[in-house]
Amino acid sequence: MNKPVPTILLTVTLLFAPRALAAPPVLTLMTHDSFAVSKGLLESFEKAQGLKLRVLKSGDAGAALSQAILSRSNPLADVFFGIDNTFLGRALAAGIFEAYPAPGLAGVSDDLKLDPSHRLLPVDFGDVCLNYDKAWFAKKGIAPPQGLDDLVKPLYKDLTVVQNPATSSPGLAFLLTTVGRFGEEGYLDFWKKLRANGVYVSTGWTDAYYGQFSRAKGGTRPIVVSYASSPPAEVFYSEKPLGEAPTAAVLGSGNAFRQIEFVGLLKGTKQVEPARKLIDFMLGPDFQKDIPLNMWVFPAVAGTPLPEVFVKHTQLAREPVLLTPESIEAGRRRWIEAWTEAVLR
Amino acid sequence: MRSRLRYLLLLPPLVFLGVFYFYPLVSIFGQVFSTAAQKEAGGLGKLLGTGYLARIMWFTTWQAALSTLLTLVLALPGAYVFARYDFRGKGLIQSLTAVPFVLPTVVTAAAFKSLLGRGGLLNAGLMKLLHLEGPVINLDHTVWFFLLAHVFYNYTVVLRLVGGFWARLPRDLAPAARLLGASGPQAFFRITLPLLRPAILAASLLVFTFCFTSFGVVLLLGGPRLATLEVEIYRQAVHLFDLPAAAALSLVQILFTFGLMAVYTWFERHTSVSLMPEPARPALRPAGQGRHRLVVGASSAFLALLLGAPLAALFLGSILTEDGLSFVYYAGLWENRAQSILYVAPITALVNSLAFALAATLIALALGWLSAAFLAGPRTRTGSLLDPLFMLPLSTSAVTLGFGFIIALDEPPLNLRTSWILPSLAHALVAFPFVIRSLLPAWRGIPASLREAAAVLGASPFRIWKEVDWPILSRALAVGGVFAFAISLGEFGATVFVARPQTPTLPLAIFRFLSQPGAMNYGQAMAMSCLLMAATAAGFIFLERLRPARGSF
Repeated sequence: MNKPVPTILLTVTLLFAPRALAAPPVLTLMTHDSFAVSKGLLESFEKAQGLKLRVLKSGDAGAALSQAILSRSNPLADVFFGIDNTFLGRALAAGIFEAYPAPGLAGVSDDLKLDPSHRLLPVDFGDVCLNYDKAWFAKKGIAPPQGLDDLVKPLYKDLTVVQNPATSSPGLAFLLTTVGRFGEEGYLDFWKKLRANGVYVSTGWTDAYYGQFSRAKGGTRPIVVSYASSPPAEVFYSEKPLGEAPTAAVLGSGNAFRQIEFVGLLKGTKQVEPARKLIDFMLGPDFQKDIPLNMWVFPAVAGTPLPEVFVKHTQLAREPVLLTPESIEAGRRRWIEAWTEAVLR
Repeated sequence: MRSRLRYLLLLPPLVFLGVFYFYPLVSIFGQVFSTAAQKEAGGLGKLLGTGYLARIMWFTTWQAALSTLLTLVLALPGAYVFARYDFRGKGLIQSLTAVPFVLPTVVTAAAFKSLLGRGGLLNAGLMKLLHLEGPVINLDHTVWFFLLAHVFYNYTVVLRLVGGFWARLPRDLAPAARLLGASGPQAFFRITLPLLRPAILAASLLVFTFCFTSFGVVLLLGGPRLATLEVEIYRQAVHLFDLPAAAALSLVQILFTFGLMAVYTWFERHTSVSLMPEPARPALRPAGQGRHRLVVGASSAFLALLLGAPLAALFLGSILTEDGLSFVYYAGLWENRAQSILYVAPITALVNSLAFALAATLIALALGWLSAAFLAGPRTRTGSLLDPLFMLPLSTSAVTLGFGFIIALDEPPLNLRTSWILPSLAHALVAFPFVIRSLLPAWRGIPASLREAAAVLGASPFRIWKEVDWPILSRALAVGGVFAFAISLGEFGATVFVARPQTPTLPLAIFRFLSQPGAMNYGQAMAMSCLLMAATAAGFIFLERLRPARGSF
């Protein structure tokens, strides 16, 4: 640029230039806002590899992916973590990832490996499902819901809160659960019945869980769409030690959607080797073991020991709904629009 | 000669806008539309073809207009009281009215829901009192709920801009009109209101623009059925990946607000009146005696209800635990249960927030001052074009601008995409229109005769500036500074959509808590919000003390 540059910029450039020369190589990991690891874990990786790892938070999963795609000609990072299977097709179609058949994949169950070209590798997964407030149901003497079918029964009128699939990731996952469960022909009928039965649609997870769910201050509805790991999180983050989770997840066959999170090497990185090392590290035992208590999802590598609070207070969903990334990519927009028409208009 | 030099004032603001606003926007529009043209632009045609766009535009416009009107009607009496009366705690209350401005929308929404939601405090209380089965107040997912939130956010804009201007109006005009036989309302509508017009217009424009681009509160309080243009842009861009549609909607938004601002600028230029300002420390009416006491009392009570109740609900949420009142949530802030690196010590977050806010405030004040200095000068065509242009960043979709940063600021010397300065720059972009709007009515209102008189009496140009201009402008500058500081502390604007390294701020820490289940997480989010409010109030009180001419507004 030949324009005069504002003084601020000049100062910034001058301040940063010498530092950039002296520092160790920097590897950048781009991810969403929910990324978390234990203290010291990344330092051990940095030390072993002799580099500095920079974690770049880029909004929610959708916003982060959009940024990665927009910046493809001049990538913001070397590695991207946090694409889930609802966005996998979109990410692969954009062609921003480079294949890396990491050795660590050997320990991962085949159901989780959705990309045969190994551009996106599974790191963790979580089950999106119904959660209910145990105390509420015990007090009213009503049986807690066993699955999606219960939600449309008169007994459960006005009890459910879901998230808008157009603005929320668990909301989209739950919509996909119904598509997988009832099929393209049947899912809208289910939603129409649910609407007639007084379902409440909130904007996002926070709004649903902390605004409408009966466990929240001011909330009135005892059934909410959340994760299989929410009951253990309730125990872990309780005010006082709890022997039993105050909520429970509905995990019966065909009632949950398995959200799998992937990591990938961004095309155009100049640090292919260190970037591969980072992916190996994320599939390695230390990182995998660290996942549950920090990100509240399950490690992808089979046999990774789970923390006690997970073992005691939750399980995996039985036979979660399966949809291929291709069918999700082809149907996502259409399903959301049809859902909006059926539930909101 | 002097008028030529005046153009030099414009250089920094124009370069700033060019580099950090127009360049990113042009880049993103260019990239998105060129790729869209290659593929079939089917979605785009559908978007513009059906009544869909018209519906959203209509809704966005009327809700913003209604919000502005409501805010004006509710805040003007307050502005009068603050301009004309002196009472105990005035400075403090005035500082506190700007606190809502910094609250992240998630927190505001949580406060409103815990107060007025179906199971909220008010409904619970009323149900108990009147032995009712169901809730009385059903505001949830209605327009009224977020209109109320808009008033909550913007009350302070009207209070400060209009109140500050009002305090400087000669106070013998209305009594003179009364003496000549005008009734009270006549004197107000024929004399006071026309004189206040520049400030009222400036405040209305800011409030309207703010509400026009409203996003978070509409999503959270209005529910999924109501969408403003900004909400739709976000939906299209982030969740449907339809960037062409998002960009087209952003363009519509920009053009619409530019038109609106051009009309406003024209209007403002033709209505500004210069009047002999009141001295810096005017004799304000003490609120001691009967009727006056009532006026001040009523207005304070109203303020307490409108702004105080939601804030009190937040505070209650931060101390009301399973065991009754306790500070465990605050204590919890200093504890890292998961040993996570994401754990943010409250002090770190606070220091980061304050540093970003300070940088943003300084940039916004400097640029706003220069721009206002130019715009306040003789009427030129350049001025009428630039004035609305300077307002544009306030009305531009945050998602679009954020994405623009990513593709535009990616090469040296502008490789700022992940720099620590980017958040401050982005905040300053939104804040500097506020500084201009705070300064301009005051600047234009300085009578030339005052300067000439000083010159005749032998004052040097510097002395004139120091004795005439500065006392008037410093008050307006402090108001602009408060807004800039608040905008940055609340992380308003494009930064939400910009990648950033580990520099956690208070709002980011609050989002973090609110994204995980568990009683401690919610409680700590509320506690952190209260810390944010306290930091803000302290910052405002500090800024208010900085300005030399204290005692008035």
